[in-house]
Amino acid sequence: MALPLAFTLQAFTDLGFWSGVLVIAGIYAVVALGLQLNVGYTGILNFGQAGFMAVGGYSMAILVLEGGLSFWLALPAAVLITMAFGVLIGLPSLRLRADYFAIATLAMAEVVRLAAENARGLTGGTKGLYCNFEGVNQTCFDDSWKSVSGWGLERIESFWSDPEPLLPLLIVVWITVAVGVVALGYLQRTPWGRVLRAIREDEDAARALGKNTVLHKLQSLAISALLGAFAGFFLALFLATIHPGDYEPIVSFFAFGVLVLGGLASYRGVVVGAVLLWTLLEGTRFVELPISEEQTAALRLGIVGLVLIGLMAFRPQGLFGNRQEMVLGRGGPR
Amino acid sequence: MYVSFASYPPLLGKNESMAAADPSDGEARETLRDLSRDRPELVALGVVALIVLALIAAEGLHDVTQSSLNGLTLGTVYALGAVGLTLVYGILKLVNFAHGDFLTFGAYIAYLVNVTWGLPLAAAIFFAMATTALLGLLSERVMWRPMRGKGAGLLQLLLMSIGLAFLIRSGIQWFWGTEVRTLDVNVTDSVSFLGLRIGETELMVVVVGVLVLLLVGAMVRFSLIGKRMRALSDSLELAETAGIDTRRVILFTWLFSGALAGLAGVLAGAVTELQPELGFELLLPIFAAVILGGIGNPFGALTAGLILGMAIEWSTLLVEPRWKVTFGFVALVIALIVRPRGIFGQAKAV
Repeated sequence: MALPLAFTLQAFTDLGFWSGVLVIAGIYAVVALGLQLNVGYTGILNFGQAGFMAVGGYSMAILVLEGGLSFWLALPAAVLITMAFGVLIGLPSLRLRADYFAIATLAMAEVVRLAAENARGLTGGTKGLYCNFEGVNQTCFDDSWKSVSGWGLERIESFWSDPEPLLPLLIVVWITVAVGVVALGYLQRTPWGRVLRAIREDEDAARALGKNTVLHKLQSLAISALLGAFAGFFLALFLATIHPGDYEPIVSFFAFGVLVLGGLASYRGVVVGAVLLWTLLEGTRFVELPISEEQTAALRLGIVGLVLIGLMAFRPQGLFGNRQEMVLGRGGPR
Repeated sequence: MYVSFASYPPLLGKNESMAAADPSDGEARETLRDLSRDRPELVALGVVALIVLALIAAEGLHDVTQSSLNGLTLGTVYALGAVGLTLVYGILKLVNFAHGDFLTFGAYIAYLVNVTWGLPLAAAIFFAMATTALLGLLSERVMWRPMRGKGAGLLQLLLMSIGLAFLIRSGIQWFWGTEVRTLDVNVTDSVSFLGLRIGETELMVVVVGVLVLLLVGAMVRFSLIGKRMRALSDSLELAETAGIDTRRVILFTWLFSGALAGLAGVLAGAVTELQPELGFELLLPIFAAVILGGIGNPFGALTAGLILGMAIEWSTLLVEPRWKVTFGFVALVIALIVRPRGIFGQAKAV
């Protein structure tokens, strides 16, 4: 009789599989770095990261495909658009109470996704965006990236005969993660970063000391939007398409899973959380259970649910967080 | 003992605003400001009435009435979902993201009873309400009460409720998969009156929903347990000091909230289709109704839910129907920005 829990070792050593996991984990790490800045260090509950990713990805692709802009110009333009969008959202909503802000950002992200689904002329609707066909010529938003990626693969081929095609993206994603961790860690030690923490601890006190708290919160949100835009680019390059279904609220929720797994107020924790969560989720594929594809999807959802509940109940500071940093929004009846 | 009742205006302010009813320009503006402060619900209803009149002038009475009737179906679902959510939110300060999945749970239990077992829809509704109420009770005993004991913060509880939502959805997806299912209801026949049409099932949903909403309103308004729930929603500490057994009232609130969510789920499943994200997709409009109605105010949630359902349908008179869900979320964002305390809410800490 076959063991119900047989491991497929082939998948375990499959390099392509692990590159995919690491790319996804890296993308989620970038998203969750923004969340860490907002939630862990500024105390604003941003549930709209999926919306920022969508704005970033879509504006990049639309600028390339419809605007005829080069990919390399479209990237910074899309980053600016996403940051402006973040400021636009933050201006009216940042004065709201924490729970209202959470709902407002979630609704905002859904408005973006539904608009992308319905504005068919611009976004391709539910078919998504990838290439423009004009006769035999086709232009895709990732053409420039593909040539760079191909060049990189050729360089690698000089010492590795059959390189993994995802490797260039993997390298770029993780360089972004590393730069993000270092830069944000540095910012956190500046006077600016200390004001953010002061806002998280006691916004009134920070204001009484003459700090412009609204401006600081807006900047925090804008940086988070910037990271969201980058994650949106990477996701678009990874999937080689931009589709409204890839920016559902569940993306923001999974990013929160990454955040609390690593722990609040720790940028390095985010990296560990992302790798752990996605290894755990993709790990369900090694285990050959007699279940259908749909049940595997259900299982992954259940795992994230259990991670969230278990951590919040027994270890709210996460793996690397500091318990003192988890006092956010403490209140309500005992 | 039951201190203030959320939608009730302060007596003094009301008298003042009535005394200031002078036709001169500056004073008229003054009156309007007083009115918007003291009786925001009147101003809001006035605005809604104006919108309706404008729509009638532009699109004709028949179209507006027909779209209102269409919107009433979803409006009852929103209202039923929002009443339970607002009480839990108001009393426990818990932003329950799992509430939408309570609706989904109710809908799938109804599917089990109605389609798998082949029992009539009435039995399905009863089963769905009972089991979802138990689910709410269970979540309180296993999760929320212990967490309150630990003094958990807003973010902790919020993320836990997302975790619970995932667990429920994962269970549903495990047993029923992601394929779209329908309840055993009549989807072809419709009723006509005064030149208006409504599907038989939609009519059933509206009648059942409105009846239950009236019952709920009466219960919250007049019954002792209803008054206690409102008292807890105003201030848990005060209610406790006044000798109310808060623990029991909280348990009852969960039963109540769960049962209504279960009913809302079955009704939503009857007029649309069942899929694991059914409830989550309804959650944001339900939150909109909760916030528009003023958090913790069941009457506000009920009215706002019905109006929101109709307003979403009115939007189809002006833009293409595929935009109507977007319109609902835009309405939520605008409402949050313009008037975060809600139409019926007091100027409490927002």
